[in-house]
Amino acid sequence: MSDETFPQPRDKRLTEDEVVARLSSGSTIGIGGWGSRRKPMSLVRAILRSDLTDLHVVTYGGPEVGMLAAAGKLAKLTFAFVAPDVGPAAVLEPHFRAARQSGKLQCTELDEGMLLLGLQAAAWRVPFLPTRVGLGSDLTLVDPSLKTVRSPYPGPDGGEGEELIAQPAIHLDAALVHLNVADDRGNAAFTGPDLYFDDLLLEAAAQRFVSAERLVPSGELAAAAGDVTRLRVSRLFVDGLVEAPNGAHPTSCDPDYGRDEAFQKTYLGTAKDPALWDAFRSDWLSFATEAEYQAALAARPTEEAAS
Amino acid sequence: MSATDLTDLVRRADVCAVAVADTFRGDGEILANPIGTIAMIGGRLARATWEPDLLMTDGEAGLIANDEATPAKGDRIIETWNPYRRMFDVVWSGRRHVMMGATQVDQHGNQNIAGLGGTPTQPKTQLLGFRGAPGNTINDTTSYFVAAHGPRVFVPKVDVVTGIGYDRAAELGPVAARFHEIRRVVSNLGVFDFETPDHRMRVRSLHPGVTIDEVVEATGFELAIPEDVPTSRLPSPEELRLLSEVIDPAGTRFKEVPDPA
Repeated sequence: MSDETFPQPRDKRLTEDEVVARLSSGSTIGIGGWGSRRKPMSLVRAILRSDLTDLHVVTYGGPEVGMLAAAGKLAKLTFAFVAPDVGPAAVLEPHFRAARQSGKLQCTELDEGMLLLGLQAAAWRVPFLPTRVGLGSDLTLVDPSLKTVRSPYPGPDGGEGEELIAQPAIHLDAALVHLNVADDRGNAAFTGPDLYFDDLLLEAAAQRFVSAERLVPSGELAAAAGDVTRLRVSRLFVDGLVEAPNGAHPTSCDPDYGRDEAFQKTYLGTAKDPALWDAFRSDWLSFATEAEYQAALAARPTEEAAS
Repeated sequence: MSATDLTDLVRRADVCAVAVADTFRGDGEILANPIGTIAMIGGRLARATWEPDLLMTDGEAGLIANDEATPAKGDRIIETWNPYRRMFDVVWSGRRHVMMGATQVDQHGNQNIAGLGGTPTQPKTQLLGFRGAPGNTINDTTSYFVAAHGPRVFVPKVDVVTGIGYDRAAELGPVAARFHEIRRVVSNLGVFDFETPDHRMRVRSLHPGVTIDEVVEATGFELAIPEDVPTSRLPSPEELRLLSEVIDPAGTRFKEVPDPA
């Protein structure tokens, strides 16, 4: 029949605030990137201006953890580290430290690899994955619920099976990640040095949200990504999509932009005094929309941006 | 140039770099993964001299062939793409020797980078977190570099065990701990190992100009001290040239370990 109609493809495009409207207080949210690299900050800013509270964040932590903690949004954190950068000159995250030391933030501490396995187990719908990682360390002290499992197969000496850590699945209610480029259906690519764990976070989550520096038609995605091997996020695992240029600011989004060192330094300095944090929150984290935040950034005097 | 001349010229950071390099001696074709300024410089020195088959990172997502400690992005000779997640394949395969830092290290070689004081769930001082220390120490040969040797770092018992030492490994038993090895601790004062009957930390060598009393004073537990304590070896002229002209021409190593006053 010529007048027969078929359904349109899903339109997954959302604003930051529409994503946040789909999240609920008390839920478990995985955040992509690592340290101060490719964090979905425009979505984090939307959470900061929302009335969401009591969140459980799971992440390879950077400044988003400190911001959410300082703003009173965090009830629980699952982490292997939190640092605005990690390397020879590792800087500690002062807002996260204050929250942790207050005893008010409930924490599940893990080895970095256990976090990977917990997300993988959730993605594969198995209750745990066995690993040697964690044996003998104090991780079992900080998390008494962490169990071991005995291999049903003979050990390397032919004797009893090995006892291993049973890393439980880490199920996410939602995952938020930021990528360089996506099409409007939710396929996305990283064009920087590393995907990190972003695909895995999406696959471990019930609701999956991607923000991207730019959206292109599907036919142009592979070219925009540079190579098909960079098309690592499939729309199979994406429910909502946000176009967010400069959306990782102040964290880096290689190769599109580096970290805004001056801005991050200012933010880190606000842990010294609650009044400084209040002023920072009011100046930078209280805009009604992401567009206003970006406009205010663009309007900064150049010497301030460089200082 | 005579040996005496060289002793006068040699700087503490160079001795540390050479001691780090010697830590990787004999490792062959594995990932040498030193973390930190002098640790990285010493690792690069090992590869540029006695251990040409080592693989090393650029600190980001590449394994690079460069001798420079921190080559500019465009100058990196990338041997393989090694993104964050791929690193666990290497770590868990055992084909790696990592050298980490330590906020605390104890006589059994336990390491702490997670927190100080308080309780496991509420540290008085929160540090970085466990990072990859549990997985590193149960899977791979591990060494530590400490730039400022003192009794608050070398403690009788660490507050939190992030990297496991020989007492924890012994509790696990020979099967679970079969990949565990803490090879060395290199500090600004000397080189230490665990080659004692009960795997307690031993003085392996003292850097030139350092006395055993100085080290005992700076260590919060009883070290095993051999009758004759060797002096850490000096860099060879070629090693000094590599350090100053190729690996670390900017001299970042002298900032991490300044010369003694």
